[in-house]
Amino acid sequence: MTNIDLLENQRDKLITKRYNKEKRFILIGRLAIALTIMFLTILLGSIVLRGISGFTTTKITFNVTLDKKLIDPESTNDKKVISSARWRKITRDSIYNVLNDMSLVMNGEVLSKAEQKSLVRLFSRSSEYQIRDIVMDDISLVGKTIEVTLPTASEVDQFLKGKIDENLPEDNRPLNNIQISWIKHMVDNGMINKTFNSNLFTKGDSRNAEDAGILGALMGSLLALLVCLSISFPLGVMASIYLEEFAPKNKLTDMIEVNINNLAAVPSIVFGLLGLAIFLNVFNLPRSSPLAGGLVLALMTLPTIIISSRAAIKAVPPSIREAAMGLGASKMQSVTHHVLPLAMPGMLTGTIIGMAQALGETAPLLMMGMVAFIVDIPQSITDPSTVLPAQIFLWSDQPERGFEEKTAAAIMVLLGFLLTMNALAVFLRNKFERKW
Amino acid sequence: MLDISLYFIFLLGLSSYYIGKNRAKKNINLITETGGLESHYGMYLVVWTVLPALIFYIIWTIISNYLIKEATLDSIPSDLLPENISMQRLFLDSIIVVAKGGNSLSKVPEISVAFYQNFAYYSTLGKSISTISISLISFFIFYRKIDSTLRAKNFLERIILVFLFISSIIAIMTTVGIILSLVVETSKFFQDVTIFEYFFGLLWSPQMALREGQVAAEGSFGAVPVFAGTFLITLIAMALAGPVGLFSAIYLSEYASKNTRKIIKPTIEILAGVPTVVYGFFAALVVGPFIRRTSESFGLAASSESALAAGLVMGIMIIPFISSLSDDVINSVPQSLREASFGVGATKSETIKKVIIPAALPGIVAAFMLAISRAIGETMIVVMAAGLSAKLTANPLDSVTTVTVQIVTLLVGDHEFDSTKTMAAFALGMTLFAITLMLNIYALRVVKKYREKYD
Repeated sequence: MTNIDLLENQRDKLITKRYNKEKRFILIGRLAIALTIMFLTILLGSIVLRGISGFTTTKITFNVTLDKKLIDPESTNDKKVISSARWRKITRDSIYNVLNDMSLVMNGEVLSKAEQKSLVRLFSRSSEYQIRDIVMDDISLVGKTIEVTLPTASEVDQFLKGKIDENLPEDNRPLNNIQISWIKHMVDNGMINKTFNSNLFTKGDSRNAEDAGILGALMGSLLALLVCLSISFPLGVMASIYLEEFAPKNKLTDMIEVNINNLAAVPSIVFGLLGLAIFLNVFNLPRSSPLAGGLVLALMTLPTIIISSRAAIKAVPPSIREAAMGLGASKMQSVTHHVLPLAMPGMLTGTIIGMAQALGETAPLLMMGMVAFIVDIPQSITDPSTVLPAQIFLWSDQPERGFEEKTAAAIMVLLGFLLTMNALAVFLRNKFERKW
Repeated sequence: MLDISLYFIFLLGLSSYYIGKNRAKKNINLITETGGLESHYGMYLVVWTVLPALIFYIIWTIISNYLIKEATLDSIPSDLLPENISMQRLFLDSIIVVAKGGNSLSKVPEISVAFYQNFAYYSTLGKSISTISISLISFFIFYRKIDSTLRAKNFLERIILVFLFISSIIAIMTTVGIILSLVVETSKFFQDVTIFEYFFGLLWSPQMALREGQVAAEGSFGAVPVFAGTFLITLIAMALAGPVGLFSAIYLSEYASKNTRKIIKPTIEILAGVPTVVYGFFAALVVGPFIRRTSESFGLAASSESALAAGLVMGIMIIPFISSLSDDVINSVPQSLREASFGVGATKSETIKKVIIPAALPGIVAAFMLAISRAIGETMIVVMAAGLSAKLTANPLDSVTTVTVQIVTLLVGDHEFDSTKTMAAFALGMTLFAITLMLNIYALRVVKKYREKYD
């Protein structure tokens, strides 16, 4: 072998080595991307897997005997009398009868106290109130026997969804052996059915998993966002017009700019502290209200809106302004009549993205007392209420099993809203974006 | 409660638009004069009719709200007045409730209720009369000013400019508000606890005695364990997000084809749009139990609220943040640098390692600093997945607490606002704000400088 061959050999080796390094480098890059996408898939996948069953619920159909003696013995037909009847006893008696109807027990055979308790536990704790409400809507039902379909206790629902392991020792599961055998009979008899969980969208919060819904939180979110939007949008647009079109180049303007950029990066919880100290303690705004929460959210989204609005104004070419001014418009007229309409789609896009952020925000609202057990659905911006992310936070803390799938279902609803809002922003941008 | 004077201003304002317009049409030759369009004159009159009266109304409301409380407090017979200031406030509140026709549990003195009602009556009466007269007077004065020498358009544009300026000042006011509320409470906190104890104390247990003589006694406010926990979780998050985010950015900007980039980039950005409470749920219900089971199978004891779970999930949250910021920085490195490097025979990875990364380094560092500041300030993930107990530990499988978790636990629920506990939360908030502000200012400056260098 000559010297040259040796050198060439060495060179080839070196090149192979360098190319291998190149390949490894690319591999690391691909790995990083794959890892990120894997995280995203696991995150969304685990939530959908847990949440999808939260959209269905289990209901039980049974006969309720509305004994006139217990409800309205003197035939007053007075709603007050009916409302304060012994609904718990009426409900329980009908529930004990369920076993007779299935001919699981002989007529006249009396259940033991423990068995009665086990049986009642299969039904929702709110059954008596729901039966009462049915009768209150139609007084003529008193004295008849009616068939009602009500949610079961959340444990039954969980069992039928396979989330309670039958093979565990009896003491370690929320349902005992006899309850499980009853449930199976009821399923065979067609008394228990799976339906869409309408409670989730039509009710406020509740201590019972089967009765808890997100309507209150949705309304709270909507009201808080309305407050937030009606403050941050006009302020943001006006501030960005000033900074882009009118602000003189001086120290104050610089300070405002630095300030806005920094505010965008201040941790959200600090805004919560601001709201607590100023809005709640100095201005005495009502605690837990969408008004106070919306104000904090407005301050938080303001920088986002200003930054994107300024970008939108900057994108309008100077020739537009010059043409307007050439025809005799004042600076203000050129801005309000020409620049602003052209920049509006961009501003709206930024605003929608800011609102989406506000919708997902929890930490500052914790400080404003919006994480609270609130059953009533808020009607105005001063009513105490909670918001969707706060509801998720509250439910995720509940020890009862049934709340886990509800939490995940609520997350899916929240993500659905966010997705819609972002898709709307993208749509707006694509539809109205102009290349000058 | 809106009273009649507001309706009056509103109606007068509405009609003054047409009145001003008509006067302008009659008195001014709108074709030759350059003072403005007829609508400008209308608006001119509206502004003068509404604005001064409205400002007066607001100022009166604020001042009388303050005065009425102080005066009512003075009117309470001294034997009924509670000594404690916050009790006084509560007592005052129940007086106000009764005066407005509500019911109160506690018994309130009749004399104060009557005093409050009297005060409120005369205050509202005075407010309405003066607001209406101010609005009327200024309406007549400025109605007569509408003539050919008036420059209505200029005036209106100046007013609009003032409003534009005020709204851009809100940003500064927010910052001032944040600093003010933090500083006031923090300074109160440092009257109870020394600065030295706060920054160097090793024991954090803010459980104050609720009643006198209770056993739990003195709270302890040494914040080192809290800072250490925050640091540990941030470190874990950055250890995951740093490399993954940076390499994704490098791959996307240097290697990926345009189409791949078009799909992958928005996909990664979905992670940035997921609310933090969702990450918290994920950390608490999926990652936490997973880590506990895994480490138990290795024979390690792990808490179900481990620093590792919170840190990893926080890392996932920050990945898109780092990757999109680094992506911008890498893209702004001029093409000529790459071409020069290829020209002397370097491979792509060598170019990246030896040329692009060094050129982009300040920007990448800034991106990491912004990410760190976000990790420190992140609340929901740690509230849901990290613990409450302030332990001084470096074991990632142990549970630790963070600054944000402590702020939340100290402030959520009903507390007296003046207790050392709540003030401690503000001291922690102040620390958090100061640290993140320094990181942000520095990083934003670097990013800005960097842009200018290569633009």
